[in-house]
Amino acid sequence: MHIVDGALTGPVVIGGAVLAAGGIAMGLRQLPLEKIPAAGVLSASFFVASLIHVPLGPSSVHLILNGLAGLVLGWAAFPALFVGLVLQAVFFGFGGLTVLGVNAVNIAGPAVLAGLLFSRLITRGTPVQGAVWGGVGGAFASGLTTVAVAACLMLSGDAFIPAAKLVFVAHIPVIIIEGLLTAAAVYLARKVKPELFHSLREVQS
Amino acid sequence: MTLLTGDHLTERSATLRGLVDEIDPRARILLAVLYAVVVVSLSSLHALTGAMVASLTLLALSPMPAGRTLRRMVAVDGFIVAMLVMLPFSVPGDAMFTLWGLTASWQGLWQAVEIALTANAVVLALMVLVGSLEPVTLGHALHALKCPESLVHLMMFTIRYIEVLRDEYARLRTSMKVRGFRPRSTWHTYRSYGYLVGMMLVRALERSERILVAMKCRGFQGRIILLEEFRLSPRDVVFALVVIGVCAALVGLEAVYGAA
Repeated sequence: MHIVDGALTGPVVIGGAVLAAGGIAMGLRQLPLEKIPAAGVLSASFFVASLIHVPLGPSSVHLILNGLAGLVLGWAAFPALFVGLVLQAVFFGFGGLTVLGVNAVNIAGPAVLAGLLFSRLITRGTPVQGAVWGGVGGAFASGLTTVAVAACLMLSGDAFIPAAKLVFVAHIPVIIIEGLLTAAAVYLARKVKPELFHSLREVQS
Repeated sequence: MTLLTGDHLTERSATLRGLVDEIDPRARILLAVLYAVVVVSLSSLHALTGAMVASLTLLALSPMPAGRTLRRMVAVDGFIVAMLVMLPFSVPGDAMFTLWGLTASWQGLWQAVEIALTANAVVLALMVLVGSLEPVTLGHALHALKCPESLVHLMMFTIRYIEVLRDEYARLRTSMKVRGFRPRSTWHTYRSYGYLVGMMLVRALERSERILVAMKCRGFQGRIILLEEFRLSPRDVVFALVVIGVCAALVGLEAVYGAA
């Protein structure tokens, strides 16, 4: 889900950078230094989780799990996922430099939105109910990321529309798997350590 | 095996010191950004080929292992591959060949080549200039460049714990394997992977609680001090001028060939 340098037009790149700066600023405002160790260790776990290859039919896919990141980290998911993108671009050559902002908005934006919409729902009711909402949140964030990537390409030129449509259809199984994994992860966390979903929010309230 | 390349570079740097290796980290970051912005603005094939040559020269001057760096440069994910393959068919223009009733155009092909050249030239320069830094030095340099302090701290913690958590992941995977788990495309597999990720997060949170206690025990008062001073040497200035010169030359090439 990483867009590379050179594929997008200037206005899209600049718009992405501005939105990303805003998102990072919002996220950092919710992160006093006391919470940085927790956010950093969780950010590192999402980085490692994104390297896991999950079998899908004859091949395998790797997941973003940005929905889960949003559910656990809230607004802090924005800077946390941004840091992950910076490290991937610099050390692995995934994505690019000028498109960091766009990629951050595409991946962290849906994460934060999933957190805002579903984080209350996953801590309510039985763990199974929480897991169902977690699954919805995971699939929602993953789907929204695919749509956002496609939209960025379409804004940059009509020639990208067929590719964007094809890729969206091809990603539907990935979206479902993201949902299933997120649901299972939420179920386990609800059973073992429900504080996981509050750890970065207590300071606020 | 380390995940971020910094560690293994320090082992080699005694014998293999490239030119780029000794340049001020702040200058390397700023020059990588400048170079990326210039290259992204180019559109003529001549200028983009020039940029690719410049990036490859940079790689040759650096201590980075060439083979592995180039392999990383080329590895892009399916989305972009699909896009590049589809472009010749979706851009209208002079017909190149027809496949299953779809016409591929030269214009579309050139556009795909342009994107591929831009992306690879930028990513290669970024990996050579910034990716060869020690990850911790990268954090300090970003701090010196006035990045928000909490973002730098978040980055330093992430860098520090990626390796630790990967070991944790490997331990959990081993214990699954010992119990006979084999990944397949089944509900059981997806649920098990979900539990694995959930368990990693639970352990990560517990670990962060211990970290905070340990930090407080050592007198942590809500401020982390970053100790590292950078100084610009004449060498850095020369290197910067050369990179700026290359950027100007690329813009010149674009002006000459872009209009035609």
